[in-house]
Amino acid sequence: MDFEDTPEEAEYRAKARTWLENNVAAHERERFPDPLTRARAWQARKTEAGYACITWPKEWGGGGGTPIQSVIFGQEEAKFPSVQAGYFTIGLGMCVPTVMGFADDATKQRFVRPAVRGDEIWSQLFSEPAGGSDVAAIRTRAVRDGDDWIVNGQKVWTSGAHYSDYGIVLVRTNTEVPKHKGLTMFWIDLKSPGIDIRPIHQMSGKSDFNEVYFSDVRVPDAQRLGPVDGGWKVALFTLMNERLAVGGATGVGPADILKLARELPGSDGPLLHDRAFRERLADWWVLAEGLRNTRMRAITALSRGQTPGPESSIGKIIAANQLQQIGNAAIEAEGQFGIIDDPDLAPMKGAFHDAVMWAPGLRIAGGTDEILKNIIAERVLGLPGEIRTDKDVAFKDLPAGG
Amino acid sequence: MNFDYSDEQKFLKEEARKFLAAKCGADRVRAVLEGDHAYDAELWREVAAQGWLGAAIPEAHGGLGLGHVELCAIAEELGRACAPIPFASTVYFVAEALMRFGSEAQQAKWLPKIAAGEVIGAFATSEGPGPVGAVKTRVTGGKLTGTKIPVTDGDVADLIVALADDGLYLVERGEGVVAEALSTLDPTRSAAKLTFTDAPAERLGDEGGHTAMQAVFDRAAVLLAFEQLGGADRCLEMAKDYALQRHAFGRVIAGYQAIKHKLADIYVKNEVARSNAYYGAWALNSGAAELPLAAAIARVAASEAFWFAAKENIQTHGGVGFTWEYDCHLFYRRSRQLALVAGAPAEWRERLVGQLETRNAA
Ligand SMILES: Cc1cc2nc3c(=O)[nH]c(=O)nc-3n(C[C@H](O)[C@H](O)[C@H](O)COP(=O)(O)OP(=O)(O)OC[C@H]3O[C@@H](n4cnc5c(N)ncnc54)[C@H](O)[C@@H]3O)c2cc1C
Repeated sequence: MDFEDTPEEAEYRAKARTWLENNVAAHERERFPDPLTRARAWQARKTEAGYACITWPKEWGGGGGTPIQSVIFGQEEAKFPSVQAGYFTIGLGMCVPTVMGFADDATKQRFVRPAVRGDEIWSQLFSEPAGGSDVAAIRTRAVRDGDDWIVNGQKVWTSGAHYSDYGIVLVRTNTEVPKHKGLTMFWIDLKSPGIDIRPIHQMSGKSDFNEVYFSDVRVPDAQRLGPVDGGWKVALFTLMNERLAVGGATGVGPADILKLARELPGSDGPLLHDRAFRERLADWWVLAEGLRNTRMRAITALSRGQTPGPESSIGKIIAANQLQQIGNAAIEAEGQFGIIDDPDLAPMKGAFHDAVMWAPGLRIAGGTDEILKNIIAERVLGLPGEIRTDKDVAFKDLPAGG
Repeated sequence: MNFDYSDEQKFLKEEARKFLAAKCGADRVRAVLEGDHAYDAELWREVAAQGWLGAAIPEAHGGLGLGHVELCAIAEELGRACAPIPFASTVYFVAEALMRFGSEAQQAKWLPKIAAGEVIGAFATSEGPGPVGAVKTRVTGGKLTGTKIPVTDGDVADLIVALADDGLYLVERGEGVVAEALSTLDPTRSAAKLTFTDAPAERLGDEGGHTAMQAVFDRAAVLLAFEQLGGADRCLEMAKDYALQRHAFGRVIAGYQAIKHKLADIYVKNEVARSNAYYGAWALNSGAAELPLAAAIARVAASEAFWFAAKENIQTHGGVGFTWEYDCHLFYRRSRQLALVAGAPAEWRERLVGQLETRNAA
């Protein structure tokens, strides 16, 4: 029971660290003031050195390495905040693997390498107003027209569509059969005529995701991923990768609120002396350590050449709720002042306020708390699935609402 | 990265599980719960014969010399079986105290007897309600005087490690020691009030009282966390098995989302407890400086997980869960015993934060 690298792992880590030290410029942010340009430049440098998509075959621009090497590089790279960026997570974590799993060779030749290099960015267009958790309920229609399909409808919550080039889109191709059996997956060019991308104004005030409208968008049948009406299987393949892609939360943690509590006045001396606060801090610490140590167990499985167990599924539920609670505890601890989110006045440049305003999204994105608990109950514990009233009903006869 | 049991340790754990399934069914736990015996003497002999009492005791002192991770694996299985024996008192507290603070002579005298199951130990610290504060127990001229209540296994202990105002002492049962058994929430583990009147006492180590006690608690906390984890896992299993066969409103209750989410919540807490218990095992086994913090983290997580699993297991069972006949209450009771025996969760939360304060200040 230890945290030690094997000799091979240690060697890989040392090499990765040296490479990072030599390649992250001291003035990375000044050199590329625009974050997307900076992210692309960094991704290209990693690709050349074999540090992008480390587990993918070299012929596709990957590193030809092992999962544990990917983890090790990620740990080392995390020590360089100036090159942290999330632009490629959805594309390389979910969309491109789906393309690799279901597209023909020519398509893979054309798209995989530019995506790895960060030259082209991919989005996931699954959720619709009609269904996010129940994604099989989507309504965007594709109707066959010769060698093409004509797509009409609306996607929603599409992260990054506004800076993406391509996407994988799940559409309905058959309404005469039950909902899971009439879906088909395509890859699409987001610049195609008839596609309208409109940023959504989030509750946080930012716009990370979009509505994507389709009006008579022509999609060649050659862009189909998997069989006609066989898109649900393809979607499950994508979503299987989602849990790996979404996992870790960023933002404030127990160490940040500990620091705040040393300085902040409480009812009797600094907040850190307050008994009630200390009890809560202990619980946050226990959960944060629980997550960190659970990751260590998963990494151990990878290091031993095994598949990590289901325990990793606890990650997002804990992380998202913890983020919300710590953010809120910090602003409540500031008393009346806590309402101020001006980065010049608020502690940690408003990071606790950011947490309060981002955590609700994190509790929903990539599977809501409730859906994740269903998944643990059904797939880990083997309890029965939910009762489905829509399983054997043709899609066109389903009641709509919401 | 090697943050899990090794294959050999997994094998040992599986063997322990099989052994306890055969030798320590619920009937054996109930025999102690309902009978007059303080513990299951036959199981104690059998466990001793397996060598488990000396799993972490060096071979030179009659143990197996395996290490603490192996002991953790055994603890996890003892917790799952709700074993009614004085294992924790003897091994996690007294043997650990001897290995941490004992002179060579003291270790040579006692450890082989502990490993052989000839000596039952007890760790006597509390003198009344609340965290252990200033203790009244004193030693003058090698004689210890004071009252300890409660002392787990105090009624059957041959060797007591007692906390006096200036440190830890070894006291043998006999002269100057009177034990009165106590009624407790968990009768499958016995407890006593011990009255010492000029009992012959031998100093154990030269650390001051609370520092020494806490050092023993840190070690015990990690091992107890594994027992708690084993119990919590068993509760989840019981709840799951029951929910999968109990019907209400025309279908199994396991299909109701309130039950599904309840069991998912138990699972999440158990996995947090497991990961943190491993962290404690690593710190204990490697003698890491992080032990006090890791022990607190492991203990808080395990106490929370076992309590939650034990109470929600009863809830999942409905009315039968509240009966004497169903086994749910065995674990509910044990969850209270294990959460309190080395100091309550609130004390450990406080200790955790105290560690953070000193660590970050340094
Ligand atoms: C920040 C962010 C980024 C996102 N990015 C993308 C993206 O890039 N691409 C994309 O396709 N989608 C994306 N999404 C959409 C996301 O996947 C959905 O919002 C999510 O799956 C929930 O679906 P919904 O919004 O339709 O809510 P609903 O499914 O309508 O859920 C509403 C409530 O009902 C509960 N509920 C639903 N079904 C059940 C059930 N069976 N049991 C119990 N409770 C249930 C939910 O938990 C929730 O509390 C993003 C969402 C967010 C917040």
